[in-house]
Amino acid sequence: MNAFSLAISEAFALLAGFDHRVAEIVGLSLQVSGLAVLLGTLIGLPLGACLGVGRFRGRQLLVIALNGCMGLPSVVVGVVVYLLLSRSGPLGDLGLLYSPTAMVLAQTVLVAPLMAAIARQTIEDAWHDYEEEFRVLRLRWIDSVRVLLHDCRHSLLVAVLAGLGRAMSEVGAVMIVGGNIDRSTRTMTTAIALETSKGDLPLAVALGLVLLAVILVLNGLALVVRQWAMRRYA
Amino acid sequence: MSDAAPMFPLRVRDLRWEAGGRAILDGLDLDLAGEGITILLGPNGAGKSVLLRTLCGLLEPQAGTIDWGGGRRPESGVAMVFQHARMLRDSVCGNVELALLPARLAAGERRERALAVLERVGLAQRAADSARALSGGERQRLALARAWVTQPRLLLLDEPTASLDPSSVDRIERIVREIRTEGTRILMTTHNLGQATRLADDVVFIDAGRVCEHAPVQRFFARPASQAARLYIQGELPWRMAF
Repeated sequence: MNAFSLAISEAFALLAGFDHRVAEIVGLSLQVSGLAVLLGTLIGLPLGACLGVGRFRGRQLLVIALNGCMGLPSVVVGVVVYLLLSRSGPLGDLGLLYSPTAMVLAQTVLVAPLMAAIARQTIEDAWHDYEEEFRVLRLRWIDSVRVLLHDCRHSLLVAVLAGLGRAMSEVGAVMIVGGNIDRSTRTMTTAIALETSKGDLPLAVALGLVLLAVILVLNGLALVVRQWAMRRYA
Repeated sequence: MSDAAPMFPLRVRDLRWEAGGRAILDGLDLDLAGEGITILLGPNGAGKSVLLRTLCGLLEPQAGTIDWGGGRRPESGVAMVFQHARMLRDSVCGNVELALLPARLAAGERRERALAVLERVGLAQRAADSARALSGGERQRLALARAWVTQPRLLLLDEPTASLDPSSVDRIERIVREIRTEGTRILMTTHNLGQATRLADDVVFIDAGRVCEHAPVQRFFARPASQAARLYIQGELPWRMAF
């Protein structure tokens, strides 16, 4: 048996035995990424919708900046959040560095612009379809934003999924602000990086399999929701 | 009826609107009194839909004036139904409630009013269904309900029965008459001359961005004053439109 197949078989053994280390790391990863995506949704989707509907001076610049932030390097975000949260930083008194909260903050900074940029495009396309109707009805722009967010809710799942994918697979920022501390701030991605460098391939592979499974299950669920919505709302 | 500001008589003077170097409205004049149904007739590209869009504020004229009862366009009281109405991915009732959002009503009252108007257009049984699952005729009735629920004083209808079967056309026409009996002024475009004779009090014939003729419906069809209107009624293309 070569190293690869040995790692795979031992990884499955770890998963089948509900290894507590794996469970702990997976639990923390889901918690951190879930919260970051929740915050990203609350910030990114309304922000994207406002940019999709609003027409104001400087809007194009904001759209360009937002689209640019889609490719924000996670290590850069990590360093910026690190500087903000470090003892001498403006938020140092909060004592959040090397905590799951710091990881949530860093991932939120990463996913919110991505979600906002996707939401902006989705809402803007819908706005072009509805603009005349809404203007005739004299809907205030904030009502238009609310209505379009609701109308595009199933399409916006793509934005949420993209955010979740980015958050779950991200390693640089959480490594810098979380510190990859065992039983405290170790997530699936940071653990995979660490265990691989240590040569503990079965654990790294087991975590990789869980990561893939989580992303596949969430994408499957999103597909089911979209298909249901297509049937329900024609 | 919404908004107490005067709206009629509506006087349009020398209205101009160009697109791509072509004058769609070319010095159009029109007077509308406060009652009845006026049908806008004219060939495709004559400027009928642009006139409606200008009146409801979707387009800003490049020249000319619109005098609304001696003042500017009232903040509310003008509704419009498009040829292809867009419906939200929501229930039939939700689509009507949308029109009541600017009125800042409580959710319960919005729903009550929406259901009442759906009853009048014959869609109460489908209130909970998806609006996008409606047939073309039902969709246009829903669009009328969405406009009607705001209790407009001027209702602009842009070919609301285009591509509908005779039974759907009949239902739409009955609703339009009912809206009119409640005091709403109606300005409607159509290419259906039978519909014009059935619904109109007066007819405005537009050609090349100008009003060629404005006359009571019987007189318009019995003795059209302009050559363009005569040819249009006879089903012939005016010489300007010939290829």
